[in-house]
Amino acid sequence: MTVETFSGAERILEPSAGALLRRRVFGHAGFMIGAAIILAILAAALLAPWLAPHDPYAQDLTRRLVPPVWDAKGSWLDPLGTDQLGRDYLSRLLFGARISLLIGFSAALISGLIGTGLGLCAGYFGGRVDMVASFVVTTRLAMPVVLVALAVVALAGGSLHIVVAVLGLLLWDRFAVVTRAATHQVRQLDYVAAARATGCSTARIILAEILPNIMNALIVIATIEMANAILLDAALSFLGLGVQPPLPDWGLMVAEGKEYMFFSPWVIAIPGLALFTLVLAINLVGDGLRDLAAPENRN
Amino acid sequence: MLAFALKRLALALLVALTVSIVSFSLLRLSGDLAQALAGPSATAADVEAVRKAYGLDQPLWVQYLAWARQALHGDLGTSFFFKEPVAAMIAARLPVTMTLGVSALLFALLVALPLGILAALKPNSWVDRLALTLSVVGQALPSFWFALMLMILFGLKLRWLPISGTASWKSFVMPAIALGYYGMPTFMRLTRAGMMEVLASDYIRTARAKGLRAPAILLKHALRNAIVPVVAVAAVQLGFFLGGSIVIESVFALHGVGYLGWESISRADFPVVQAIVLVLALFYIVLTLLADLLNAFLDPRIRVG
Repeated sequence: MTVETFSGAERILEPSAGALLRRRVFGHAGFMIGAAIILAILAAALLAPWLAPHDPYAQDLTRRLVPPVWDAKGSWLDPLGTDQLGRDYLSRLLFGARISLLIGFSAALISGLIGTGLGLCAGYFGGRVDMVASFVVTTRLAMPVVLVALAVVALAGGSLHIVVAVLGLLLWDRFAVVTRAATHQVRQLDYVAAARATGCSTARIILAEILPNIMNALIVIATIEMANAILLDAALSFLGLGVQPPLPDWGLMVAEGKEYMFFSPWVIAIPGLALFTLVLAINLVGDGLRDLAAPENRN
Repeated sequence: MLAFALKRLALALLVALTVSIVSFSLLRLSGDLAQALAGPSATAADVEAVRKAYGLDQPLWVQYLAWARQALHGDLGTSFFFKEPVAAMIAARLPVTMTLGVSALLFALLVALPLGILAALKPNSWVDRLALTLSVVGQALPSFWFALMLMILFGLKLRWLPISGTASWKSFVMPAIALGYYGMPTFMRLTRAGMMEVLASDYIRTARAKGLRAPAILLKHALRNAIVPVVAVAAVQLGFFLGGSIVIESVFALHGVGYLGWESISRADFPVVQAIVLVLALFYIVLTLLADLLNAFLDPRIRVG
């Protein structure tokens, strides 16, 4: 009835292979680097209307596919060049940061609520509740996420809300597994027994005694799912079934630039690098938080 | 062992059944299928006609039972678009996806095993650091973008490899790399940790004391034991590769199951989508089942506990 009904649990609980590797490469500087990058991207997203040199939707068909400023044919008029419709690439990149951050954050929030709820119930009540929850997680893992997300978004329409909802409803498995295991550990501790002895209600024990003590683990998972949601959203947009043009979504920018990539490689290189930088930064922050949350693992 | 295996098999069947119900409902409820089929310019009467013609006016559970009864007999329905049996369409494209999945797995293992072994033998050497940096970078790369970058480099600048199609084995090199790199860090870490543990054990010291040469110890004694956890994880990873091949297949225009799924979604050809979801889920379920049984076979503690 325990973990054996769900074989993925042990694997997800430990720091992932990637996390260990990143830690060995960046050490503790990783957290600072990641945090600095995220803050910079966040600032760029918030200040986009003031930072952007042009309107991200304004087309200028006389200035199509102008190369970036470091190219001989580039100019400071469009520092990162223009796309196939003559829109300023830097401005689109800045506004695109808003979409990626918004999708990453909201999807992680939704999946966090679902997964944590499921995991808390499974870990606290155990027995049959645990069996049902493990079964639900196993079923979710067996569904091919990209295909299901694509199909549902295609049918329901590719608005920002729908994409956020679909990603949020699909990416809760890790939250559930980790919350379940952490809750299982915490509920056997003395202070939970003490709370029960003083007559606290079950809801109070779960929300006020257990939840705050597993918060650290949840925040780390939230960073992982944020990175996941951003990559998955980019993949959906790239396949043409995520958010729709003319939104400056980074995945969509890669898709739109694909036709021109052989003669103007920067149109796909720039948004791709932006995605890569953001996801790497989120991963670094997640690893750093994991270290801060578990001082015993610091060596 | 038999009781354990039967229990696992029952669980796997139940998961498969649930996946089929959930995905069927998701695909029917997330939008108006008749509207999607009839197209944006259809009149209300056209949409109703389509709804009747495909039986979409019946209650959901009636539609599901009809579909499930056929599916159990191996009939996965007929494509709305091609008017062909779905099972045959999928069977025709399965070899491409399997080739891609298996070669992605082979690529990941071929890179990860030697690097993991070297890293275990000489921690913190330059090989170790190079491998680490590659993996760290790889984890944050969007797969479709990585695939396009490979295309520009190997397809256009160097002209070593074809950028699409399935004409020869060369066509699978870039897709396998783009799909496989994501599984690499996991294998590398497992190999590295396994090797380090085994190399520190008593029987390796005995082998050394007997005067066996280093390569013999490494390959015959150490690797054989260190590789066990890698095999089980490889099975699960293959399931993920098959399910995640849709993005890579569409970038490289490989006409496999994932590409068919993508096209069918764009065409609202939902019998095909439904069947592909089921087939990919079944692959994952069977591979996890195999991994579990293998683990239990190798480690008796699991079947008892």
